[in-house]
Amino acid sequence: MNKNHRVPSNRSLGAVEVKSKFGAEFRRFSLDRSKPGRFDEFYRLLQHMHRIPNVDLLVGYADVHGDLLPINNDDNYRKAISVADPVLRLFLQRKEEADYSAFGLDSLTRPKKTVLAAMLLRPDANRKKPLVIISLPRDFRPVSSIIDVDILPETHRRVRLYKHGQEKPLGFYIRDGSSVRVTPQGLEKVPGIFISRMVPGGLAESTGLLAVNDEVLEVNGIEVQGKSLDQVTDMMIANSHNLIVTVKPANQRNNIVRSGGGGAASGSSGHSSDSGTSFYGYSSPGIAVATTPADIIQNFHPEELESDEDDEDLVIEVDGEAMPIPRTSSASCTIPFIPRYMPHLDLRTTNGALASHNRSGSLGTLSTADRGLEGRSLEEEGTVITL
Amino acid sequence: MKRFRRHGQESHRDRIKQELYGFNKTVEHGFPHQPSALVFSPSLQLLAIGTRSGAIKLYGAPGVEFMGLHDENAAVTQVHFLPQQVDLVTLLDDNSLHMWTLRAHHGVSELLETGRFTLTGPPGAPPSVTRVTAVLTHSSGDMLFLGTEGGHVFVVEVPGFRELEERNISLENVTNSLPEDYGGRRSLEHVESLQENPVNPRQVLIGYGRGIMVIWDLERHSAVKHIPATQQLESVWWTEDGGHVLSSHSDGSYCRWMVAGEGTQSEPEKSEVPYGHFPCKAISKIIQLPTEQGPPFLFLSGGMPRASYGDRHCISVIHSKTHVALDFTSRIIDFFVIRDGPDHTGDPSALVVLVEEELVVIDLQTEGWPVIQTPYLVPLHCSAITCSHHVSAIPLKMWERVLSAGALQNTHYSKKPWPITGGQNLSPDAPQRDLLLTGHEDGTVRFWDASGVCLYPMYKLSTAGVFLTDAEPNDNMNQCTEGEWPPFRKVGCFDPYSDDPRLGVQKIHLCKYSGYLTVAGTAGQILVLELNDEAAEQTVEATVADLLQGQEGFRWKGHTRLEVREEPVTFPPGFQPFALVQCQPPAVVTALTLHSEWKLVTFGTSHGFGLYDYQQKSNVLVRCTLNPSDQLAMEGPLSRVKSIKKSLRQSFRRIRRSRVSLRKHHVNSALLSLANARLEAELAEMELAPVQRKIEARSSDDSFTGLVRTLYFADTFLSDSSHHTPSLWAGTNGGSVFAYQLRLPPVERRSEDPVSAHPAKEIQLMHRAPVVGIVVLDGHGSPLPEPLEVAHDLARSADMQGCHQLLVISEEQFKVFTLPKVSAKMKLKLTAIDGSRVRRVGVAWFGSSRSEDYGESGLTVLTNQGDLHVVSLPGVKLQVQYPCIRREDVSGIASCVFTKHGQGFYLISPSEFERFSLSARCVVEPRSLVEVPSQTPGTTLPRAQPDGPRVMEHALLNDESE
Repeated sequence: MNKNHRVPSNRSLGAVEVKSKFGAEFRRFSLDRSKPGRFDEFYRLLQHMHRIPNVDLLVGYADVHGDLLPINNDDNYRKAISVADPVLRLFLQRKEEADYSAFGLDSLTRPKKTVLAAMLLRPDANRKKPLVIISLPRDFRPVSSIIDVDILPETHRRVRLYKHGQEKPLGFYIRDGSSVRVTPQGLEKVPGIFISRMVPGGLAESTGLLAVNDEVLEVNGIEVQGKSLDQVTDMMIANSHNLIVTVKPANQRNNIVRSGGGGAASGSSGHSSDSGTSFYGYSSPGIAVATTPADIIQNFHPEELESDEDDEDLVIEVDGEAMPIPRTSSASCTIPFIPRYMPHLDLRTTNGALASHNRSGSLGTLSTADRGLEGRSLEEEGTVITL
Repeated sequence: MKRFRRHGQESHRDRIKQELYGFNKTVEHGFPHQPSALVFSPSLQLLAIGTRSGAIKLYGAPGVEFMGLHDENAAVTQVHFLPQQVDLVTLLDDNSLHMWTLRAHHGVSELLETGRFTLTGPPGAPPSVTRVTAVLTHSSGDMLFLGTEGGHVFVVEVPGFRELEERNISLENVTNSLPEDYGGRRSLEHVESLQENPVNPRQVLIGYGRGIMVIWDLERHSAVKHIPATQQLESVWWTEDGGHVLSSHSDGSYCRWMVAGEGTQSEPEKSEVPYGHFPCKAISKIIQLPTEQGPPFLFLSGGMPRASYGDRHCISVIHSKTHVALDFTSRIIDFFVIRDGPDHTGDPSALVVLVEEELVVIDLQTEGWPVIQTPYLVPLHCSAITCSHHVSAIPLKMWERVLSAGALQNTHYSKKPWPITGGQNLSPDAPQRDLLLTGHEDGTVRFWDASGVCLYPMYKLSTAGVFLTDAEPNDNMNQCTEGEWPPFRKVGCFDPYSDDPRLGVQKIHLCKYSGYLTVAGTAGQILVLELNDEAAEQTVEATVADLLQGQEGFRWKGHTRLEVREEPVTFPPGFQPFALVQCQPPAVVTALTLHSEWKLVTFGTSHGFGLYDYQQKSNVLVRCTLNPSDQLAMEGPLSRVKSIKKSLRQSFRRIRRSRVSLRKHHVNSALLSLANARLEAELAEMELAPVQRKIEARSSDDSFTGLVRTLYFADTFLSDSSHHTPSLWAGTNGGSVFAYQLRLPPVERRSEDPVSAHPAKEIQLMHRAPVVGIVVLDGHGSPLPEPLEVAHDLARSADMQGCHQLLVISEEQFKVFTLPKVSAKMKLKLTAIDGSRVRRVGVAWFGSSRSEDYGESGLTVLTNQGDLHVVSLPGVKLQVQYPCIRREDVSGIASCVFTKHGQGFYLISPSEFERFSLSARCVVEPRSLVEVPSQTPGTTLPRAQPDGPRVMEHALLNDESE
């Protein structure tokens, strides 16, 4: 590692000087600026350099403005490499004892809570308590959100209740009712479907996006008008993996105002964003960091979610293990299917290669990843029936 | 350009669709639900039945059927044919009169409503003034006499429904003509009966509720005679010679009065209470008919001793020394008598009785008065229908064997031909022989000839004989105890009481080539039967299939297994059971399939499924599909206790209903409308209460996920693409599919070497919806043929070259997978798109109506919304969609059964199958012609010139019997 440090011509060759600090120890090495590699390789390299193979780390770097910014995915890793001038200064912390408030704008120079920090943390964050961690994309998963704000009338709200792989019940009830429509003949009373009850702790309630007495207008893009309560119930259950309900909220004061004129968005719509693909999530503490597919965000592309989320039936061959049923290409599926687990499977080989560097560490992460994979498939596909 | 071309292709496809598919509801088979009126036209030889739901049905010779429905949802209380015409008048509960006619159109008659009419009284008059209680169609054919609750008689010209006010016979007219001393001028009450003098059309008898009868001369517009009966009047009959009037009364008596002479006759010529001494119930109808030589026939309905036999539904037939009280199992609606001779004026030949649940025809000219088997209006529900199974294109040999077995069961029927012969049946002969099998609550399976318009009973199989039950296997149908009074004789076959609900038949599968039949029931019993032309005495070997497979912690709280008779039982020719499997726990069998070539039967319950080798009489495989946390499935039908309570309550209701005399239409209708109003109010209230539906994803912990919904045998590529093997497929309520590879020993070792089954694949559908159908498609994308079909040269053998595909039909989706490696190929979502779920599905072949040799396979689908869909194979594309059944009609939807040629049946009431067709080529519908009788009716009533009775006689003798 010293060799790298000593070669001054590194910069001209496109190398980045790295100075990494963990506790009181410094390590220096260099990286190829044009080929930074992937974050998880970099992460392993750091563990290797500091000889702390089994320690979960929080990686931060100082950017040109002196802010301490996190490196936890390929994107911000590349960004960090690209802005390093001349030296990339890294600050490593143990995850358990990490001081999150250190991150943020001007955080290195001004030890003050900033807007960013406030966004990162729960508002009432107590430093003594374990905090919510902004974790890696692999820990992110699509959750419920408001979507299609740009194309819907302001009085309507399209909510995706993303149930996939979650234990939480959807947790709401619907009922028949009547609503008033404006027609050319004037106001007209028409039958409608309404949300009648929320199950405490259910997905619907916990998202806060649906409320009692909201009128259900569409289920996964299909209008419910003229359909019976039972039909709408069956439609919702059939779409329950990825239920998208368009409602006319009973409380119209929290509507999202798009136009520039009404710039004062009300407080409660603060969760929602204006993009259809915004996901906000929470981390599951203790999950290994190792396995991050580079393009996982793309894997969760909304169209794909909507189209064929439920396609993964489980088939068990008599001598084999449970496998999601692959889909043969056919005219009927227009979107090329990217198997969800591909990145993980790829990673195993990568991990295998890395294992030669540090056997115990990578084995640990590998097994965790494996378990994660298995756990997810169990969760998603239900009980595996043994032969 | 591209768009244009595609448009062209689409329209081409649309044309093909039109040639393949077409939706028609064609015939209603069975017995009309809640009949309320009956009439017979001797000149047309047609029988008409009105129902409580406003339907009117006409029947003539077998195959001649017409049906009409009133727009008003009111009960038909009376039906009358206009004499010598093809028109009929109906009176509804809402006091409206309707004119119907049979109009010939393209050589086929149609029943059409041509007019409607409601009496309007004088302004300010109470509604009772115009409430019609009696209708007389005058023999002139152009006048209706309408007697009302207020006691008036209105005269209306038909067919135009023009009121002839000047001819009305008001209550005042009649009262004024009465002698001063009559009954202290009390109200005469409503008009109970209107009768025309059979020999003098100028005279009409008006019978009033309180008993008095007045013979009215239409010409002179005055009373000719008064008949002062003192008891409440029930019915009146004017004898054919015009000399006597018979009146029946509410105290169970009837009187005979002389007509001759004018003025008031104080005493009846004869008065009798046939079942006398103790108080009797009313005689609601009386008919007396002469015979060529010898004494007349007298028919009485009711009149039973109130205390001891008040609950019987009887018609007494008295002829000379013979006196029989025909004892029916349900309430008598009405009856009439068919007479011999070219003009239908000869001896009575048959008594036709419409009771609430069946039509019974008694041959009066054969010793012992046997019953004539009805070719239509058969009571499908003589025991409640629990399931049905349709088999198309039965080989002739098999057909004849079933027929001859059935003939042996029908020896107690009269040999006489069906006496109602009106109309011509013009429908072409059925293209093939089709069987409809219905399973019943009492453990019987009935075989019906479903080839044509008439659903004709062929054979009845009883499975109860195999088991030890308290039930007497044979009903005492023709039993007549000597010396008993009244001389009862049980008639009719409607018997809704099942002695052991465990006997109920739940699933049926018949192999039409081999004559093997399997029948499964409520207590987990699976019988395998074989068609045998000889009677045989044999013991049925029972095998127990333990479906729990050692799963712990289960406690079955449902019914126990049926006890099997240990000793040999004699089985009559027909289907004879030779093997029995009993599931443990004895839950209701939910899926059943027979493979006659492999000699295997597979069955499923809510606990699992099994495979039984009926050649070696041993279980091959038992598989538990139960989810260990599924308490509900474990314990069995907990609602059983409730159901006993319910059935008790129902039977009490039935008794009470039978006690309430429904004959008094005016009282009854008022009560009914009151009850209706109350019901509506209740319904409205129910709608106000918020109905909520929980939105929750299905999980593996849901109840009854292990219930086996479908079982399927297929010879296909299960494990590798080079060898096809026999396989068994099972689909469950939880969206799982289990596939087993079967190993069958070579034919010569079939009896010795065991059959084995090895698990090969399991598929868990992500959406977890119940799997309702599994079909393997061959290399050409066609469904695999049935077992033995190819061996009998009746189907093209399956294509084993190309890749097979697996079609899994769940309640929510149609999904095609590749084989042998299971990967999803394509699918059609149903529920996610329109919220409907698959309830019934069948594979059908649709022939093109235009070209003989073009056809396509498709899936016929019935959804919980009551819509029928056709889904193409193998492409799983929705082809057509028709609304068929009201979505509230859950039992109708559940009862639906599809044929292999795009037709289907479903129950529109407990006793009626509606037949429908989705195929444009294969349509079975009645086509018949009824012509106006050759004798033209008298144009007008002879008014000025007093025609001698001789001249009129010919026309008058052809008067309606009603």
